[in-house]
Amino acid sequence: MAEPLHTLGAAELGRRLASRDLTSRALAEALLARAASRRELGAFNSLDADDLLRQADAADARRAGGRSLGPLDGIPVAIKDNIAVRGQPLTCSSRMLAGYVSPYDSAVAERLRAAGALLMGRLNMDEFAMGSSTETSATGLARNPWDPARTPGGSSGGSAACLASGQAPLALGSDTGGSIRQPASHCGLVGLKPTYGLVSRHGLVAFASSLDQIGPMARSVDDCELLLAALAGPDARDMTCLAADARAPRVLPADRKPRLGVPRALLEGVAPGVRKAFDDALGVYRAEGCELVDVDLPSAALAVPAYYVVATAEASSNLARYDGIRYGHRAARDGDIVALMSQSRAEGFGAEVKRRILLGTFVLSAGFADAYYGKALAARARIREEYLGALARVDALATPTVPSSAFRLGEKAADPLQMYLEDLFTIPANLAGLPALSVPSGLDGALPVGLHLVGPPLGEGLLLGLARRLERATGLAHRVAQP
Amino acid sequence: MSNPREAWEVVIGLEVHVQLRTAAKVFSPAPWGFGAEPNSHIDPVSLGLPGSLPVVNLAALEQAIRLGLAVDAEIPEVCAWDRKNYFYPDNPKNYQLTQMARPVVVGGSVEIELPGASRNVMGEHRRVRLHHAHLEEDVGKLSHAAGGSLVDYNRAGVPLLEIVTEPDLRSAAEAEAFLRALHALVTQAGISDADMEKGQLRCDANVSLRRPGAPLGTRTETKNLNSISGVRAAIEAEVVRQARELEAGRPVVQETRGWNAEAGRGYVLRDKEDAQDYRYFPDPDIPPVAIDRARVERLRAGLPERPFDRQRRYLADLGLPYTAASVLVADLALALWFEEAVAAHPANPVGIANLVANDLLRELAASAQPGEAAPPAPAGLAGCKVRPAALAELVRLTDAGAISKQQAREVLAEMFLTGQAPAAIVGARGLAQNSDAGELERVVREVVADPAFAKSLAEFRAGNAKAINALKGPIMKRTQGKANPALVDEILRRVLS
Repeated sequence: MAEPLHTLGAAELGRRLASRDLTSRALAEALLARAASRRELGAFNSLDADDLLRQADAADARRAGGRSLGPLDGIPVAIKDNIAVRGQPLTCSSRMLAGYVSPYDSAVAERLRAAGALLMGRLNMDEFAMGSSTETSATGLARNPWDPARTPGGSSGGSAACLASGQAPLALGSDTGGSIRQPASHCGLVGLKPTYGLVSRHGLVAFASSLDQIGPMARSVDDCELLLAALAGPDARDMTCLAADARAPRVLPADRKPRLGVPRALLEGVAPGVRKAFDDALGVYRAEGCELVDVDLPSAALAVPAYYVVATAEASSNLARYDGIRYGHRAARDGDIVALMSQSRAEGFGAEVKRRILLGTFVLSAGFADAYYGKALAARARIREEYLGALARVDALATPTVPSSAFRLGEKAADPLQMYLEDLFTIPANLAGLPALSVPSGLDGALPVGLHLVGPPLGEGLLLGLARRLERATGLAHRVAQP
Repeated sequence: MSNPREAWEVVIGLEVHVQLRTAAKVFSPAPWGFGAEPNSHIDPVSLGLPGSLPVVNLAALEQAIRLGLAVDAEIPEVCAWDRKNYFYPDNPKNYQLTQMARPVVVGGSVEIELPGASRNVMGEHRRVRLHHAHLEEDVGKLSHAAGGSLVDYNRAGVPLLEIVTEPDLRSAAEAEAFLRALHALVTQAGISDADMEKGQLRCDANVSLRRPGAPLGTRTETKNLNSISGVRAAIEAEVVRQARELEAGRPVVQETRGWNAEAGRGYVLRDKEDAQDYRYFPDPDIPPVAIDRARVERLRAGLPERPFDRQRRYLADLGLPYTAASVLVADLALALWFEEAVAAHPANPVGIANLVANDLLRELAASAQPGEAAPPAPAGLAGCKVRPAALAELVRLTDAGAISKQQAREVLAEMFLTGQAPAAIVGARGLAQNSDAGELERVVREVVADPAFAKSLAEFRAGNAKAINALKGPIMKRTQGKANPALVDEILRRVLS
């Protein structure tokens, strides 16, 4: 066997497990060894090897007994540290939740267990998913496997670093403004943010509830689709999760050329290497027989400011529960309860989280809520309307995922506004609740660059189909960074 | 000097928190109930654990809708929840899910009965308008012990309906009447157990004074009143306090107040400057909930008759006296028990009402274990050996003249103890009256002819009307006391005339 196990994708691993050429235990051991050798990338906050091996043995026993649970049975899926897994830490890379262990499984953890997948470790992230570089993590930064001096992106930077270095074939991320797609772009992966409500948020630690979605990350379109199929489904424990009868998927039309919308006005300021990869990708689609259509999205410029009002407003409320009373970090001081809560929060949260809580508290305050929160909701509604209007004329909207390739660690950490612009292209899909993915489109030097596709509600299959065409043309699937 | 307080018009609005009767909490499947071990009725949602999400308990929403229907309110097509943000350790998420913008109940009114001139006279009925009622989650309970504070989250997430009145009440007595009427309404409909001692019904009172016809004065809000007498005392004290302020030329300060029931004194909790900014915004975890019209109609059809509607019917259709009607309608189980008896013997609802409201309730009260309060009527009635049909039969026997009313009470006491049918008790005790006119006339003639009673007979014939009673004694004796007294009197007078 030429290729080492850690470079294989989930679909291939599934075939080998099914044909008994491979055991889940051997796979788990190989990945644990790989993770141990790539620890300096900071992908995992914690990795419970015994727990993983127990799950692998159970999967092997199932298969031996003829009770395989399907294509994911026995395959490890690494989990971002803001998604609850019973009995495992749930830290959100925050000092606030250091030592906290979740007493229950998230809906996606349950679904993965039901599919036989091994729930692997706790992936590093920006603190409470607030950041675009994994530099706000309180557990230490994560590095880009393609250039360890650079960021893997964020907030699902641990997920991206893990996949790009071959520590797991599949990973879960969460995406509030681009947190799956931006790191996927920076690390040469396929990452998909589903339609809002396709995947249950039960057990996902909330950052901005109306924007958050859990999604799949992988090294190929096929693997991403495989994982998405396991994650998606109705869940009565999340009232924003779509009911079974509201899940009619959208696919590419068979009777005409696919139409790709390109909002050219938004492309100013895109770095040359990224622009070239984008133009190359459009060339591929043109050669594939797709029709390219210029579209105008005038309200897209409102997306970043609207996002930073809506997301911080919700976050200020969502993070209020971390007060040191019931769980999490508690300041060592006596005195009155209000002071205890205040001090616990002062110590438990990092600077970026505090910045967003303060901003969100401000925009909801009496006298300011109409001017900020109210206006942001209006802008959000207009953006959604504009995107749905555009998607009535084209099958998907294409831009680069990020205006530039992965930046050097520390380069933007001191400049939050510059950091917020990382999400310029990805934020509108969250505001509009639309599915979107990033798929590798080329390289900017040694650094991967992603193409971003936004589709209509429930258009995940359509987007994956388009992504697959590009992947075939670029050959950028299943790439694992050396060593 | 006239009392200047009489020149003030008192304006009161109430905010009443009612814990809804449901098996599970309002946003999670955790069970709840009074008196459980601290922190035993909890789950990830009740504790606000990371990743937990609220899911509206439709049973709680239905109870809220039922309250709305019971007060003739509008049930909107859609209701929604907002977050009320404030930090306090009894509040697990440090925000409370409530309905600020789109409550489940809009408008409506509660019929109240003011005290009458005496307890036998019905007082004025009036309707108190509601502004709205919203469905929210209760918070936990904080207690301060030596060396620290303890918090119990059993109550966190208990469904709480906050019922907000318009400022329609004009006295503490009216506030009390409102709470009594609301209590009867929600308990009879099974919307809430509304036990104030268990905190299932709590009240905040907004009070202001004005000269009649003037605009509303500045109000204060006295929070967390947990007994009807407390509401009454707190309002009365606040009226006196505000009148004193105003009469001294000092403005009333808008403030939130507490009530010390032991001391009988109100105190300032916080003034307007401390007013919190709750930063309300729509809860993103709970999409607005559409309220299905067919469901509303089904709930409407399932509501019991309202206490005052029942009272009107008892007075007008059944001809009951006010006191008996009031006793019966105060308790739904008792009223239904009464109606079952009336259905079995429709000829005499008043007779049935009197036996139920006086005698049966007295037996139930007397049967309570020593040292225990009498069980509330529903519980007492459930185990009561007297069934409605049997009581109806007892009244029928009385109406037919088979036994006297006094005998009926004795029979009822026996029925209560043994559960035997009234006819069986009457037979076994030999209580049945002899109303056989032929046999009674034979006995009457025997006695009249008996020389032993010649003296009494002569006195009667001489014009001493009372002497006839001396003849009745032997007649009763010769019939072993069973002769129908009315019939004996009639026959005796006929025979002597």
